[in-house]
Amino acid sequence: MSYSKTSIWQPMSSEVASLSIWGAFARQFMRHCKSLVGSPADAINPLLFFFMVVTLFPLGLGPDPQRLAGMAPGILWVVALLSSLMVSAKLFASDYEDGSLEQLAMAPYPLAVLVMGEVAAHWIATGVLLALVSPVFATMLGLSSAALPTLVASLMLGTLSLTLIGAVGSALTVSIRRGGLLLSLLIIPLNVPVLIFGTTAVSEAVIDGNTVSWLALLGGLALGSLALLPLAIGAALRVSLDN
Amino acid sequence: MQLLAANQVAIERGERRLLAGVDLSVSSGDIWQLVGANGVGKTSLLRAVGGLARLGVAGEITRHGTMLYLGHHAALKHNLSALDNLRFHPACDVICSDEDIISALAAVALAGYEDRPIGALSAGQQRRVALARLVLSSASLWLLDEPFTALDVDGCAWLEERIKQHVAAEGAVIFTSHQPSRFGELQQNLDLAAYVV
Amino acid sequence: MWTIIHKMGSPPWFFRISGVLVRWLLPITVMLLVCGALWGLLVAPPDFRQGNSYRIIYIHVPSAVVALAGYYVMAFAGAVSLIWRIKMADVTMRAAAPVGAVLTAIALVTGAIWGKPTWGTWWVWDARITSMLILLFLYLGVVALFEAYENKTAAARACAVLSLVGTVNIPIIYKSVDWWYSLHQPASIKFTGESAIDASMLYPLLLMIVAFYCLFAVAVLLNMRAELTWQHREAGWLRQIVSGA
Repeated sequence: MSYSKTSIWQPMSSEVASLSIWGAFARQFMRHCKSLVGSPADAINPLLFFFMVVTLFPLGLGPDPQRLAGMAPGILWVVALLSSLMVSAKLFASDYEDGSLEQLAMAPYPLAVLVMGEVAAHWIATGVLLALVSPVFATMLGLSSAALPTLVASLMLGTLSLTLIGAVGSALTVSIRRGGLLLSLLIIPLNVPVLIFGTTAVSEAVIDGNTVSWLALLGGLALGSLALLPLAIGAALRVSLDN
Repeated sequence: MQLLAANQVAIERGERRLLAGVDLSVSSGDIWQLVGANGVGKTSLLRAVGGLARLGVAGEITRHGTMLYLGHHAALKHNLSALDNLRFHPACDVICSDEDIISALAAVALAGYEDRPIGALSAGQQRRVALARLVLSSASLWLLDEPFTALDVDGCAWLEERIKQHVAAEGAVIFTSHQPSRFGELQQNLDLAAYVV
Repeated sequence: MWTIIHKMGSPPWFFRISGVLVRWLLPITVMLLVCGALWGLLVAPPDFRQGNSYRIIYIHVPSAVVALAGYYVMAFAGAVSLIWRIKMADVTMRAAAPVGAVLTAIALVTGAIWGKPTWGTWWVWDARITSMLILLFLYLGVVALFEAYENKTAAARACAVLSLVGTVNIPIIYKSVDWWYSLHQPASIKFTGESAIDASMLYPLLLMIVAFYCLFAVAVLLNMRAELTWQHREAGWLRQIVSGA
């Protein structure tokens, strides 16, 4: 084991090609995905949390199927929101501690684009996964099977907004010791529209009502968040690096 | 070619003023060492120069060319292998092939460690993975914060050699270290004691 | 234009001007408040359904209106601070947050007091009340975030980002809460606010709203002066002004 004394400054085997902005985005996305594969608990624990908190409701409210079924849309969405709070607290924590954020900020690309790679991977690992397994929990609460597609779709769209808002909160609080609780205070009020639209969409699906417009509202929120929040995330991360 | 010009830079942290009136001009071929006691603001100045610290930084800083920053934290993910860590490095702006990365790891005496998770390496080995970026990056100005800490004698010698090569190839380096004048005639010192408020 | 902005960014200049402003604005505010309150409480006729209990709107409505406007003032100051890096904007934002939070709390408490005789209960999950509650949460978030940061310059930046995100979100929150309410309580409770308000009740209300705007301005200015005094407690110019006055 020795350092090579010669040929360290040989030009690299391939031509030095610079990376496009999308390449940089994809690289961040892959980095986070690989990291999640390396520690799958980060994706599985939120699901367990979701499962356990859903279990609390029959225990607290009583096992009456009719009553649970009536409350199921609200329960599922509130718990989805809570689990998004839990995972948001961790989003940028390790990047801040291990110096990755510094390096992201030094990279010759807009910070907002780079962190979106990470946020996208995070959304897939938490939001999309949660949406896909949610029918299991919904069925346990007695939600009518006709409402399940709407539930999955609403969670899919809604968690995108939740993840982006959570990322803003995480970026704002990452440099603060014990910022986890503070993060919840910051982003719960911002999540209110997502909760309302999501719950209403599922409730409407139960009574075979107008789900499309509510899903469209959720989609609109997601698009709006995608357009505006990356800038806020980037700005907040720069502030945190400066703190 | 001038790579960096800092004009009358002042730095404050919170309400405390650290430095004022710092002038620094770095051209290709330069090796600058920031000298000063603990807490004088070496890291703060390095971060300000790199653009990482913006609040509380007054004065004019112009940067030409690309920069590489190596701080106290190595920006390595513990559950990723050395290869993946360099392949997906957050600040890397060039596309490097796996062969490039493997030969870079070999250059820092880590041949055969490509697929080990970083968490399984020792602190010194992790440091060397971070130093492998000095082989892979195309940045012209290096900002190195205490690069010689946690390195063994061979490692220090390699890093010195690498820095000399870099400046010979039209690059420039600003670094902090407690050890005085490692590069002798080649380096210039910026003593921060002169700028303390 | 630029010189004015830069002058406004200079603490000594602001300190002098705000001193003059407060000296004029404070008596005006007190006068407006007293006139509006007397007019609303004594002169305006009682409501034909609610009797005298409706008179709490002369506190409730102005504080709610100004609380909402206050958030926009705060967010605007935040935007100025982010874009032009003017320290006075940081101070404005920091000064406005607690004032807005207190006004929101006043609106909520008076709403609850009003609810007891009107609806027979202290709290109703009415669309407007719920929106005000969420506005209070938004304010408290900004205040809490400011306190959590050690570096106060960074704190101001962070709060600016947060309040800008909140500003974009507020109309969406209001609209969504509105829809939520109309879905769940189809017009079972309505209060007189929906019907046209008589001019004899409206004019004192408008006067009170103006008075509350002035109150907000005075409170923010005083808060800013206190903050500046603390920040520049060592500075010579402050000593000069204080001893000169």
